[in-house]
Amino acid sequence: MNKTTSWFNVTSLVVGFAFLYVPILILVVYSFNASKLVTIWGGFSTRWYVELVHDQAIMDAAWVTMRVGILSASFATVLGTMAALVLDRYRKFHGRALFSGMVYAPLVMPEVITGLSLLLLFVAIGFDRGFWAVVIAHTTLTMCFVAVVVQSRLVTLDRSLEEAALDLGCPPVKTFFLITLPLILPGVVAGWMLAFTLSLDDLVIASFSTGPGATTLPIKIYSMVRLGVTPEINAISTILISVIAVGVIVASVLSHRSQVEKEKAERAVFLGG
Amino acid sequence: MIEAVGPIKRKFAPWNDPTLKPFIRFENVTKRFGDFTAVDNLTLDIYEREFFALLGPSGCGKTTLMRMLAGFEQPTEGRILLDGKDLSGIPPYKRPANMMFQSYALFPHMTVEGNIAFGLKQEGMDTADINTRVAEMLELVKLEKFAKRRPHQLSGGQRQRVALARSLAKRPKVLLLDEPLGALDKKLREETQFELMDIQVELGMTFLIVTHDQEEAMTVSDRIAVMNHGVIAQIGTASEIYEQPASRYVADFVGDINLIDGTVSAVENGVATLRCAGVDATIQAETGKGEVAVGAEAGFAIRPEKVHISLEAPPAGAPNVLAGEVWDIGYLGDISVYRVRLAGGSIVKATVANLTRMVERPITWEDKVFLTWPADAGVLLLK
Ligand SMILES: Nc1ncnc2c1ncn2[C@@H]1O[C@H](COP(=O)(O)OP(=O)(O)OP(=O)(O)O)[C@@H](O)[C@H]1O
Ligand SMILES: [Mg+2]
Repeated sequence: MNKTTSWFNVTSLVVGFAFLYVPILILVVYSFNASKLVTIWGGFSTRWYVELVHDQAIMDAAWVTMRVGILSASFATVLGTMAALVLDRYRKFHGRALFSGMVYAPLVMPEVITGLSLLLLFVAIGFDRGFWAVVIAHTTLTMCFVAVVVQSRLVTLDRSLEEAALDLGCPPVKTFFLITLPLILPGVVAGWMLAFTLSLDDLVIASFSTGPGATTLPIKIYSMVRLGVTPEINAISTILISVIAVGVIVASVLSHRSQVEKEKAERAVFLGG
Repeated sequence: MIEAVGPIKRKFAPWNDPTLKPFIRFENVTKRFGDFTAVDNLTLDIYEREFFALLGPSGCGKTTLMRMLAGFEQPTEGRILLDGKDLSGIPPYKRPANMMFQSYALFPHMTVEGNIAFGLKQEGMDTADINTRVAEMLELVKLEKFAKRRPHQLSGGQRQRVALARSLAKRPKVLLLDEPLGALDKKLREETQFELMDIQVELGMTFLIVTHDQEEAMTVSDRIAVMNHGVIAQIGTASEIYEQPASRYVADFVGDINLIDGTVSAVENGVATLRCAGVDATIQAETGKGEVAVGAEAGFAIRPEKVHISLEAPPAGAPNVLAGEVWDIGYLGDISVYRVRLAGGSIVKATVANLTRMVERPITWEDKVFLTWPADAGVLLLK
């Protein structure tokens, strides 16, 4: 490592981080503002958080968001893990390239397009927009992220472990639950966390598929902001940021740990000969 | 320990009994990976209760053969029969064979105990019986103290022993061992070899073992197949392979051998006379079963321990004499290896047992020596 920190490096680091985090920091600080005026500091207070709890509309939206997040992340984890298994296992089936391209496409697809096409689909098949439509839409959005995370874990899995289980008389489905799943679990959990946080902060796709009684928190915040920024919004945003930060940190710790484990195992094999 | 299995083994030769059906039969099996042929039209019979060894250089298809028997690879052509039944279409978890993987394939999220018990649990064995069997296996591989450890907390040799215990625990009808003892030290390896032989006889199992260690193959197995590039070069008992190699490849691969090239100058009463211009000698050898034509190119193969080295010249004109000069002496404790340089420059090895305690040996560097051997000591190998 370069020991002499040049002024240039320090400056670019500070500027870069300031660019990223100063807006968020201001939001967090002002959520503890005693004054009702967003731009004037009136001393420290947690009154906006207390008021939040009494705001039934916001609490409802938060509850919808939680349920959508948990359900869609769970569906996405099952589907994404299955997609990752197929991509990892059947290396030579017809149309594999197309399939893997299609699994990964939503990663880069503009959200507006995904949202619009889902909206058209729901209208076409006469599926009522509302809670379940948002769940399905978020499952679609997030399963490819799960597939990517789980697949990177599967690549490091030694296939002979599954063969050994089969050889010892364990049928394939049981082998998946006894051997494969425990070994890829960190990836699966990380995938779930990622899907959950993506679902929490999605506005675009949710607003395409939402309906009466299914207002998620981002939609609620967005509509409130149009009437003016209040300290209450700062408070709810701060909570959202904390939840997402925790989710992302847990996900990255899990994938980092699996990386470390893998290296440790490789070293052990190398030393063991 | 040797005595325990010796007498049983000696009488055991089901491959010579035409009324017996083979237990495992590879029938014209070919395995291709893309356009690479790993196993080439191979036919092999293994009998019940046999300890069968596969010997061959790296990449010759030994593991592939085992994986086909275990059900992880399907033969491209041909079929594999077990106890008369075609195995094709039977998945690995329904085959009565267990395999010890060359890479061990221990489950990293289970303890040593958990690994060994895994197969027994799949069978639906009682917990009490499982515990007894696991304890038995741990004792066998001398890992009682490590029962609660995870695989990554073990040394390479310890992991290998866990893999061995795990594959043995179910007492399968057929056990496939892919280099089971390679990571063990010599003493532990020899002990485990004899343990394996005991278990195999006691439980009446059929063992198929892959090993790179010829001595190991000869010690443990009833018969050995020497493989080369996906085909079997020779099948036979250890002494058949060692004393009557069928080809130069086998002679060269198994043990140490001297190969002397020449041309057949006469064949009489089953004895061929070989004129070896390169080393200026005439060698006589039995022709064996094959037809030997006068004028054919042939090689004479003789093991170093069958070559007699002496300072005194044999009667002039006698066959089977090579004259040379001691080029190098290797002292190995129990034996000494003399490397003798012949007239043409080629080297012939002769080993002599060190029967007496002497620091000075009568034959030493640069001595003129004569190499002789009994008429039936070597074999004729046609090109
Ligand atoms: N899945 C596969 N795809 C392509 N080639 C393969 C595959 N498995 C094995 N081979 C090739 O088949 C040949 C035989 O492999 P195999 O593993 O049977 O060798 P081996 O005799 O067990 O060697 P070693 O003593 O080194 O273990 C090798 O050349 C190997 O590269
Ligand atoms: Mg191998």
